[in-house]
Amino acid sequence: MSFSFPILPGGHLLAIEGLEPPHIGALLDLAESYALLNRSGKTQRDLLRGRTLINLFFEDSTRTRTSFELAGKRLGADVINMSVSTSSVNKGETLLDTAATLNAMHCDLLVVRHAQSGAPALLSQKVSASVINAGDGTHEHPTQALLDALTIRRRKGRLEGLVVAICGDVLHSRVARSNIHLLTAMNARVRVVGPPTLIPAEAARLGVEVFHDMRAGLAGADVVMMLRLQKERMTGGLVPSSREFFRFFGLDREKLAVARPDAIVMHPGPMNRGVEIESSIADDPERSVIGEQVEMGVACRMAVLDVLARDLRRNA
Amino acid sequence: MRDLVIAGARLLDPASGLDTVGDLLVCEGRIEDLGSGQGRPEGAALVEGAGLCLLPGLVDLRADIGEPGHEHRETIASAAAAAAAGGITTLCALPDTDPPLDDPALVQFVLRRGEATGSLTLLPYGAATKRCEGRELAEYGLLKEAGAIAFTDGRRAIAGARTMRLALSYARAFGSFVVQHPEEPSLAAGGAATEGELATRLGLPGIPLAAEAMMVARDIALARITGGHVHFAHVSTGAALALIRAAKAEGLAVTCDTAPPYFDLNETAIGDWRTYAKLSPPLRPEADRQAVVAALADGTIDAIASDHQPRDADDKRLPFAQAEAGGAGLATLLGVTLAQVHGGQLGLLAALDLLTARPARLLGLPAGRLAKGAPADLVLLDLERGWQVKDGQLPGKAQNTPFDGRALEGRVLGTWKAGRRVFG
Repeated sequence: MSFSFPILPGGHLLAIEGLEPPHIGALLDLAESYALLNRSGKTQRDLLRGRTLINLFFEDSTRTRTSFELAGKRLGADVINMSVSTSSVNKGETLLDTAATLNAMHCDLLVVRHAQSGAPALLSQKVSASVINAGDGTHEHPTQALLDALTIRRRKGRLEGLVVAICGDVLHSRVARSNIHLLTAMNARVRVVGPPTLIPAEAARLGVEVFHDMRAGLAGADVVMMLRLQKERMTGGLVPSSREFFRFFGLDREKLAVARPDAIVMHPGPMNRGVEIESSIADDPERSVIGEQVEMGVACRMAVLDVLARDLRRNA
Repeated sequence: MRDLVIAGARLLDPASGLDTVGDLLVCEGRIEDLGSGQGRPEGAALVEGAGLCLLPGLVDLRADIGEPGHEHRETIASAAAAAAAGGITTLCALPDTDPPLDDPALVQFVLRRGEATGSLTLLPYGAATKRCEGRELAEYGLLKEAGAIAFTDGRRAIAGARTMRLALSYARAFGSFVVQHPEEPSLAAGGAATEGELATRLGLPGIPLAAEAMMVARDIALARITGGHVHFAHVSTGAALALIRAAKAEGLAVTCDTAPPYFDLNETAIGDWRTYAKLSPPLRPEADRQAVVAALADGTIDAIASDHQPRDADDKRLPFAQAEAGGAGLATLLGVTLAQVHGGQLGLLAALDLLTARPARLLGLPAGRLAKGAPADLVLLDLERGWQVKDGQLPGKAQNTPFDGRALEGRVLGTWKAGRRVFG
């Protein structure tokens, strides 16, 4: 596949916000081709041969790190995982000290996860590598939105016009923000559903409809996207208890019944079964596409690495 | 002290409304005479002022000067150099230093260090509470005797209503007032930007606009029951200004200042994670910026302060929520205020009044005047000369300006402290 325009302007993937629909569509098309390649059991190990990809994770994440690692290896990159424990941060090493170290290692592609919004953007100004945001604070998680969109597109054949309900802790969710930007750009109808304490200020200004009642929010939905509720939200007083949360905002059969009969259920993982989602729904092959999300994750990350590597070659 | 004549300048005295071309005569550190046709005494130094403005030295109500405790950010000497370049000749220093200025000896230390600069009247605030911790009142009487100009906990709000009530009551005994950082801390906790669409998009924890107004409302109520004088620093929201306007109309002892970022910038300056625009209080939406501009014009705001908060690169080169709040302000106080004049929102004398005579009156100082017998604290200004704010090129140590790249009109060419040239 070749493109007549730069898919990721600036040579980084820091956010979905700011990407134009043709860019998103092109990334999804490329990812789809990688999904087919992966299913066929073939690899394309020459694409990133000799390139170094560093997974720089300031927060633990087995799933996302493994997905990037697999994507890099399938394209032939040398993949190194760096987990920066909070202890070395506490010793006074700053993000920019880390950037200087990485520059000295001549890293080509840098995948960053950080607990602070904007940290990958800050790093991108200081490192020579192409930076991919693998989740920053409560800002964005762009590859998650890409894999969600690809999963939806494969199941529903399109994004435009679909009703997508994003449910739960929207306030603290970078997954929700990236999905909102991507899906509204592609003309899906996006709803956010949750208690007012977990909906960000001025959410409607992002182009979504806000619901505080789960049944109203799920009515007629094509896609139900559940978010993870972090345990510390309970201690922070934003919701009184997990049983109350599950009763009113957790996904069970009764609430799901008001969505479209063919509605799919998604979750970015890891799930809190019995808090935001009932186990039987999470494991229902008729409804849940959670396994497919993981599969599409590898394909989307291959597509992003591929596109950024083209820029690397162009600039070499 | 050698005598001095500044000749043929446009003399501007906001307190009296004087705006005329003439000469100004300085003798022994004071203004001897001013007006047209002044004689030039034998041996007096002559400064040609034709085409330039001569105004009183600026009186800055609020600056963190780094000392004691944060000398890597700013020292009294470096702050004095920046102040002189910015036309500031009187400066009130915040007490939330390390250690905080809650002891008469520390107040005297800052006073002595200020005197040693020879270019600046440095007036320390005393801590409103011991260690600026918001619990027990500091020794207002002893601190005032030592030279404290008024009382505040600096960047920290006096959170407890009872503590604030006691502070306002007790300060009355010494004819003083209490300066509040108007932000309800339990509502603002953890916030990095004003709550709203922009903070939501950036994934930053927000501080609701109401955090300012509710603290202002509470303290106005406390001023009413105590008869004390509360002064709100760096007011930045329309809602708080409306409350202050009403309290003044009621006749309460309520005053306030704002700082240039709050009438020159809005919250979009933090886009792309610009930590140099991370301030406390945070930059506001455009409607609030406009409300601040309106309150400058209608007299609700009593003074414009620099709100100088020196931070070094390591304080700022961090992810946004972790970066320190605060902006350097000494060098840009006059220039950014003059942008309101050049833009037509404020008259020249009204703008200068907010920088000179009105803050001086609030502090009970003879400074801030171009009048016979007043201290010869003077600024010679080219009102039309353009310059560009550039971090790395500001006078003083602190380079953390939120105005980097801003083109300004109005350049200080000379500053005199008590008749002695300290800049230009």
